[in-house]
Amino acid sequence: MFIARVIGEVVSTIKHPALLGKKLLVVEKLTERGEPTGDSQLAVDSVSAGEGDRVLVLDEGSSAALVTDLDNPPIRTVIVGVIDSVDIED
Amino acid sequence: MDLCRVIGTVWATVKVDTLSGYRLLVVQPLSHDLKESGLPVVAVDTVSAAPGQLVYIVKSREASKALEERFNPVDAAIVGIVDEVRTSSGPLFRR
Repeated sequence: MFIARVIGEVVSTIKHPALLGKKLLVVEKLTERGEPTGDSQLAVDSVSAGEGDRVLVLDEGSSAALVTDLDNPPIRTVIVGVIDSVDIED
Repeated sequence: MDLCRVIGTVWATVKVDTLSGYRLLVVQPLSHDLKESGLPVVAVDTVSAAPGQLVYIVKSREASKALEERFNPVDAAIVGIVDEVRTSSGPLFRR
């Protein structure tokens, strides 16, 4: 999993059936200290994350199937949590 | 899942049979502000995308789950066409 910030949303009507009804958010990877890395991708939202939220993103297929409770979906990247805080030992 | 622009088509009559019947499109990965990021890849099209369109692809093992056949040699599949990319500072793209 990685830490990211929600920076946008993708509206898409024509898509694979497994993605119907799923919200697609644009997330930018952050370092553990919260600095943007410029590396962004799309993720399926499963926790009603909003723009600006810092989120936990899962990037692995079989768990994505569990979270979306779909049978073998073509999905890898799923937002699985909204982060309240991150403590890093100095 | 990555934003991409469809930039071309690959024609290959000789190929593994599970790929027959599917269009192979060349896509250029983009960052969220629609700048090129990384090298183009060839992806199986599952949503009838056309060259020039903004789409998004799923990669690696999950890409093969976008096709009906259970086991197929695919590591990138187009799974949607973008209508709009919205951000707080306004739409970045609208079809």
